Parts: sequence; C-alpha cells; structure tokens
Amino acid sequence: MTISTTAAQRRIEDLLGSHEAQTLKRWQEISETPADELRELFLALRAAVGEGDFSDVRGLLADFSRSRARLGLPPAQTSRAVFGLKEAVYELVEADGDPEALRGYIWFSKLVDDLGLFTFETYSAAREKIIRDQAEQLLELSTPVVKLWEGIVAVPLIGTLDSARTQVVMEKLLQMLVETGSEHAVIDITGVPAVDTEVAQHLLKTVAAARLMGAECSISGISPQIAHTIVTLGIEFGDIVTKATLADALSHALQRSGVELRRESSARIAVKAERA
Amino acid sequence: MDRVPILKLGDILIVTIQIDLEDQSVLALQEDLADTVVATGARGLIIDITAVEIVDSFIGRMLSTIASVARMLDAQTVVVGMRPAVAITLVELGLSLGGVRTALNLEKGVALLDHVWDRARR
Repeated sequence: MTISTTAAQRRIEDLLGSHEAQTLKRWQEISETPADELRELFLALRAAVGEGDFSDVRGLLADFSRSRARLGLPPAQTSRAVFGLKEAVYELVEADGDPEALRGYIWFSKLVDDLGLFTFETYSAAREKIIRDQAEQLLELSTPVVKLWEGIVAVPLIGTLDSARTQVVMEKLLQMLVETGSEHAVIDITGVPAVDTEVAQHLLKTVAAARLMGAECSISGISPQIAHTIVTLGIEFGDIVTKATLADALSHALQRSGVELRRESSARIAVKAERA
Repeated sequence: MDRVPILKLGDILIVTIQIDLEDQSVLALQEDLADTVVATGARGLIIDITAVEIVDSFIGRMLSTIASVARMLDAQTVVVGMRPAVAITLVELGLSLGGVRTALNLEKGVALLDHVWDRARR
C-alpha cells in the first residue's frame, strides 16, 4: 500500500471520527434500519479502519446478516443496508472537499462493497446449512425399522427412493437383523410412488445382502400400478417373495418361522353384536 | 503364515476366521478343510466370519469354492455371522455365493444344519 493511500485512509478515519453522529444518522435514513443495529457496526468499522483488522466487523456483520435472515428479510435488502454507508460517507467527503478524502473514498467504497458481499455469503451459507440439516433429518426420519414379531422386522418405505436413501435403508435394515437376530425382514413399499429399474435394482440388492447374512427378505405393498410397471420394465424378481400387503407378508413370515395362526370361532364377536 | 484352526463338534466342523485373510492362508484353509472333512467324516461345515470386516472377490470366491468342495465330500456348508457392510460389499461385487447356505449366527447355523439333515432323513 502506498503512502498516499494510507494518508487517504487516515483522512476517512478522521472524517468518520469527527462526524460520527451525523454519519450514523444519515446511514439510518438511507438504509431504513434501526439505529441500535447500525451503531455497533459503525463503531466496529471505525475502529477497524484505524487498525486495519476487520475480523470484528466481519463477525458483527455475520450476526447482523443472520438475524435479518431469520426475520425473513431478503439478502439483497441486507446488502443494500450496508451499501447505504457509502452514500452517507460520500456526503461527508463532498462537504469536506479535500482531494485526499476523495482518494480515500475510493478505497472506502471498495471496502464497503466487500462487506456487503460478505453479508450475502453469510446469508447463503446459513441457508445451505439449513438445507443440509433438513436433508439429513429427512434421511433419519424416513427410514424407521420396526419389529413386527419376535424374529421379524419391517421397513416401511415412504417417498421416492434414490441411491443415497436406499443405501441408508439397506444398512439400517441389515444392522437391525444383526442386533435383533431376526431371520425375516419385510420391505414395505406402499408409500413409494413409483418404481423404476434403479429402485428395483436397489431392492434386489438389499434382498441379496440380507440373504447373504442368513435372513429371508420379502417385499410387500406392491400396488397394481407398480406391479404393472415392474412387469413392463421386464424386471425379474426371481424367487424373491412379493406380497400385495404388509399383512400378507407378515403372515408369510410367521408361517415360515413356524408360528401357527388360528382364528378363534366367531362366537365371541356374535355375542358382542347381540349386546349392542 | 497364520493357519486358521478347525474345530470339530460332533458331525460339524467349525472354522472361525479371526485374522486378516491373506491369499496364502485362504488357499491353506481350503486344503486343510478338505483334508479334515475326509479325515473326520464330518457332514456339516460352519464358517464363522463375524470378525471379518473386509472382503474382496477372492475371499467371496473362496467361500463358494469351499462349499463346492465340501458338497463333493457330502458335507453342507453354512456361512454365519456376516456383517452388514460385508454383505453389501459382496452384493456390489456381484457375488451372491450361490450354493452356500447362510445364517445370522453360529447358533442359527447349527439349527439350520439340523433342519437340513432332518429333511434329508425323511
């Protein structure tokens, strides 16, 4: 940095110091932002211009940007509020009329541009974090493994299946098989709107992996349309057991594990009906 | 080179793999197993891979080969205790271990062999 720039910087610093209240007031008017929010920023910025260390200002700006984002204000408005300072300072420089101050203003303008863009970056980083967290939560929420019976677990799948989700489902199901020592698993796809070759491939892989571990895996909840799609696509499910409903799959698994289901005679229900 | 011990329990031979398998020890295990099946007249073979965390296509094929050899010698092979990650790897590798029976753990493996023999007797 040349000496003249340093001198110009000092001129701006002096101007900011001597006209503090006035600049702050103009900035508020231009950016239409409450005074207390700007005062802290302004003081930090003034100190930073003197010291040349902007980490404090950036920290404050990040908070400022985040709190405004939380209020639902668009990021452009936040940046514009920051850019408003340029106008306020320009009025100062114009009134001062010193060429040194004008040179300093160029430097100051660049600085404020950087800070304005920084608020934008903070805003998008905060949004991206929210999106990432939500995607993670969705992944966790959407893949519960439930125990239906001693030795029988089920995964009710809801929503569209993609590779990442299927991977999570696969790992969770297999992990549950080990933890509970279950020999039967049911994958219920009632909540899956569409099955394409990729999804079918994932399902087949899951069943194959379960078999390798010594568990039997059936697929239930196949709607008429999905059955039609699978046949039309020519996907071969081979000897994998497929059932229309979860109830069918459960009764199949119970049968395979040697549990006998017997319906009591309907006498009891009839008695109840008579009383009513 | 580490050799994998082979335990005999009644009609069943039990092999628990607890070391990182190298190609040489895999080949040695295949030979040892065939010899032991013949020597003891065992009718069942349980390979416990609970402790195995990493598999490759070579080990996948080894399991199939051992099962085929054992079947030639009239012994049923059951692979037990496969970890989820290992199962996923084998599926991704396209190995379905055809002809190998699987069970979740040693106990269920023994039960499976009993079941198979029961059916064969009838």
